[in-house]
Amino acid sequence: MNSNNNILVKLNNAGFRQSEKWLVEGVSLTVEKGKIVTLIGPNGSGKSTTAKIALGIYKNIEGTVEKYTTKVGYVPQKISIDWTLPIRVYDFMLLTETIEDSVIDEALSLAGVIHLKNKNLGSLSGGEFQRVLIARAISKKPELLVLDEPVQGVDYTGEIALYELIKKISDTLNCGILLISHDLHMVMTATDHVVCLNGHVCCSGSPSDVAKNNEYKALFGEKASQILTTYEHKHDHVHSDEGEIKKN
Amino acid sequence: MFDDFFIRALVAGIGIAFVTGPLGCFVVWRRLSYFGDTLAHSALLGVTMAYTFDLNIAISVFLISSVIALILIQLQKKTNLPGDALLGLLAHSSLAVGLVVIGFLTFIRFDIMGLLFGDILAVTTDDLLVIWTGGALILIVLKLIWKPLLASTVNYELAEAEGLNPDRAKAIFTILMAAVIAISIKMVGLLLITGMLIIPAAMARNISDSPQKMVLFSIFGGLLSVILGLYSSLEFNTSSGPSIIAAALILFILSLFKIKQSIKLKN
Repeated sequence: MNSNNNILVKLNNAGFRQSEKWLVEGVSLTVEKGKIVTLIGPNGSGKSTTAKIALGIYKNIEGTVEKYTTKVGYVPQKISIDWTLPIRVYDFMLLTETIEDSVIDEALSLAGVIHLKNKNLGSLSGGEFQRVLIARAISKKPELLVLDEPVQGVDYTGEIALYELIKKISDTLNCGILLISHDLHMVMTATDHVVCLNGHVCCSGSPSDVAKNNEYKALFGEKASQILTTYEHKHDHVHSDEGEIKKN
Repeated sequence: MFDDFFIRALVAGIGIAFVTGPLGCFVVWRRLSYFGDTLAHSALLGVTMAYTFDLNIAISVFLISSVIALILIQLQKKTNLPGDALLGLLAHSSLAVGLVVIGFLTFIRFDIMGLLFGDILAVTTDDLLVIWTGGALILIVLKLIWKPLLASTVNYELAEAEGLNPDRAKAIFTILMAAVIAISIKMVGLLLITGMLIIPAAMARNISDSPQKMVLFSIFGGLLSVILGLYSSLEFNTSSGPSIIAAALILFILSLFKIKQSIKLKN
């Protein structure tokens, strides 16, 4: 079946129905090693559902999912953790797999939360917790990384740093990433393949193809398609503190 | 060594505390205290079955509790009733059916008080064997499913996504719950078993900062409750099961002071 052994997960016409209502249907996509595939779409368009189908969390699905890896890291969108369970960041890192201490420290440092290692998970802020979730996912050295809105609750500067981190992870670990993101800047600049969802696949392809697509424009507005053009314009100069233009 | 009824009671209680400690933590974490109650109530039916068909009480209770757990899972899937209503339905109807069956068994004299509140001083050497081998088996199985069970307790979807099979762990845990009730029914009785599961674990929650520590403190609290409870029941001539639970309650109250301290430290 797997003609291309770079494929990590492949959805064929996949869909999921909950009490007679289709959450998402007819999704086909492929995540390959070293590639970032991004899902975009409005609220309720089935992005998280698609991610959960790919992960195998939803079982009674339409269509098929072919999964060629078991080393999976997952950063869920909403995570409800019951604080009746006393658990430190360190214990949380070891939750699904035994990992060496040095690897844990490295992952926590990368995500910028090494100082929280012995803190109780319940005492973290939303942004701190999100970073811990990312650290946990990357410490497993996964082949497939599924990130469902990974930077929610993280401050603006942290957001950029985390997206850079995600890009770096995909380069260094050579893992495939399935990313769900609202940040069209990130989507349009760092991804290899964009899938635009609205209950079904509206359009998909390279970021520049999608930006030109009319359905994409209808969903996100005319402005959104200009993001790419403003972003792709490469800077050949930087501004000094005094505002002087310096050539690179 | 096991000739003395008090020594037998102590050995039985210690064996049970080793098992209720870790299982009790999961009962607290997964909010299963009412589920534990339901299984315990259905144990009465198990005991009457044992007398009717001349079976071992522990095995008969284990079988009935497992069946009740299965029925519960089916009802949860097939009806729109909330979980607590289903639990109440099963708990009280199995208790009622158990009592009705007892009414028919006029040829046997039942010690109802012993069933409800436990009679640890009547523990036999055979019971000790059941408690210790059954307890050891329960702990071994719990050790095997520890990782998926803990991971899915923290977050089901993480455990499922990362390939730990949480559904299987949950099913096995349900069987372990039935088993722990089966081996401890004689000691604390069906009305107090959930207390033995929850109170030491709740005490441990107040003084621990990691799951492993909470399990250790919970075992330790259970052991202390058994020893304190049994000696005080000897001293003050009180019934043994309730004395053990009362001792656990005192430990819980003491653990509250630790919370106060840590809140002060934070401020």
